[in-house]
Amino acid sequence: MAELPGAGWQAKRLLVSEPLLEVRDLKKHFPVGGLLLGKVRGWVKAVDGISFTINAGETLGLVGESGCGKTTTSKLILAAEEPTAGIIEFEGRNIVGLTDKDLMDYRRKVQVVFQDPYSSLSPRMRIGEIIGEPIETHERVSQEEVRTRVGELLELVGLRPDMARLFPHEFSGGQRQRLAIARALSTNARLIVLDEPVSALDVSIRAHIISLLEEIQGRLGVSYLFIAHDLAAIAHISQQIAVMYLGKIVEVAESLELCANPLHPYTKALFAASLPSHPDEEKKEIVLSGEVPSALNPPSGCHFHPRCPFVMPRCSEREPDLVQVSPGHKVSCYLY
Amino acid sequence: MPPLLHVKDLKTHYFGFQGTRVVKAVDGISFSLEAGETFGLVGESGCGKTTTCHSIVRLLPPSAEIVNGRIELAGEDLVSKTQREMQKVRGRQIATILQDPMASLDPLFSIYNQVAEPAYYHQALRGSKLRHRVKELLAAVRIPSPEARMKEFPHQMSGGMRQRIVGAVAQAGGPKIIIADEPTTNLDVTIQLQYLNLLKDLQRTSGVALIFVTHNLGIVAKMCDKVAVMYAGKIVEMQPIRGLFYQPRHPYTKALLDSIPKLGTKEPLYGIPGQPPDLANLPTGCSFHPRCQHAFERCRSQEPDEQSTENGGTARCWLASQETSRE
Repeated sequence: MAELPGAGWQAKRLLVSEPLLEVRDLKKHFPVGGLLLGKVRGWVKAVDGISFTINAGETLGLVGESGCGKTTTSKLILAAEEPTAGIIEFEGRNIVGLTDKDLMDYRRKVQVVFQDPYSSLSPRMRIGEIIGEPIETHERVSQEEVRTRVGELLELVGLRPDMARLFPHEFSGGQRQRLAIARALSTNARLIVLDEPVSALDVSIRAHIISLLEEIQGRLGVSYLFIAHDLAAIAHISQQIAVMYLGKIVEVAESLELCANPLHPYTKALFAASLPSHPDEEKKEIVLSGEVPSALNPPSGCHFHPRCPFVMPRCSEREPDLVQVSPGHKVSCYLY
Repeated sequence: MPPLLHVKDLKTHYFGFQGTRVVKAVDGISFSLEAGETFGLVGESGCGKTTTCHSIVRLLPPSAEIVNGRIELAGEDLVSKTQREMQKVRGRQIATILQDPMASLDPLFSIYNQVAEPAYYHQALRGSKLRHRVKELLAAVRIPSPEARMKEFPHQMSGGMRQRIVGAVAQAGGPKIIIADEPTTNLDVTIQLQYLNLLKDLQRTSGVALIFVTHNLGIVAKMCDKVAVMYAGKIVEMQPIRGLFYQPRHPYTKALLDSIPKLGTKEPLYGIPGQPPDLANLPTGCSFHPRCQHAFERCRSQEPDEQSTENGGTARCWLASQETSRE
């Protein structure tokens, strides 16, 4: 196979904004206690009814603080966890409850890049084996072809093909993250889940990885689910951003629209808490009181109401729905 | 009147087995700090920021040694002090806040014990006075119901609260300088903002000077009066905050500023080519030249001295001073 992996998708890219992954009312509740004969003492509603769409060739940014359910969401999409309820539709087919054989095909198309490239690459395997393994698992190909494709993938992420015989410890953090990206691309994935892919890297290296991801998306038309807590990086790479708080999506909008016009008080606070880019940047600071409550015992009504500066009596009674306020901009708050 | 803290040509090196490998983690840095000032120390991991801090409080691992330079606290040299004498400096004069609050708080002691300890030793407070002081300190870092909370243990607190308690411990000895080494790296963004505002408030009320170590230029923009940018063990640029952001003189500073995504724009980012150098095997001449866009012949062979720039800062770059023209 002389052509670049995924070159066949170029044609598909022309069909703009075709949904690749649709998540509807997805829930994942974890029991607390209840191991062996114990009684279940409660449920952690890590993900509690979220819906979003990722279009082909586009990036959805998922932002939120620790414990808001970002990582559980990514595990559900990677089919590493079974959802409690809800639908995950990939290319028009629900993947919940698929047989192992069909799941195998799904996993070929949906890959992942983790935060820490020091623990996500096996120190005992050569680069060629690390990147070649998914190809061998999913396709019947000759050793020769695996080698050629590994070489092409290394070039695609800006490394040299002869590096395939090295071990991970011979690479720096930024280069390792490139290797992880090459591995994710090795099976012609259509969707890559990027779970905080730049947070573990040095500042001067982050820009390279973000640019590389954008370039690869432009060339191959792959979609990303980009999970991070750094708003500026998310806004840079994503077409759409979803803001999560305690297992719920509180606001979804097109990236530049969200930056210009954040509506939910939590989104506003997140933007206010993002650091200035120069010393004279005046920010209207919304300092939230308190911390994120425990997901085991979330507040009644709107989960954000105990920390919200604009709280009203009904916020604690019933949870607001996610309503559309302008095309593509949805928010879950009684203010709108 | 000497400055509150004056570091002069400090060199801290790590020595490998039988001195075969020398890692020049801090290699000739100088700066001074005035009372009530916030000084930012910025750089990537491995550039010597943390070693600088550990040198100031003399808490270096056995393999490291201060090989040159003076650290003067109000005119008094700290490098020549014994560890016993340093005990009177640490906590009382200079306190530290480290990155991971779980590692700096002892899980076996109550919050009261840990906040009280510096006040007990350094301010000789006892009994009800000590108790009152601890309550005051916890209230100052906005721990709700301090009376009840001080009987609890670190594991009963959230991450943000623990880091606030570390802040209270740092304040307890009544120091003149607090060294904060990446204090908000483990905190969520909204909690980070709370914490930074809290540190600013503490500084306003107690007049303590802060040395803020970070790799995040946004924190620097928010917090600092003066900034030093470190690269490979050296301060490559030092300027008042506005000068650094609006007229950076060193190519490394410029590149760092260009590599950060700005909110609400999709301008392409500038990535600095190459890797930070190996501190045991530095490039010849200017350490940054292999990654520098503007490097020319002289950079490869000769290391630039500190050049003063027109706006009162310094930069270690041949291009920084006005007189030097490119040949």
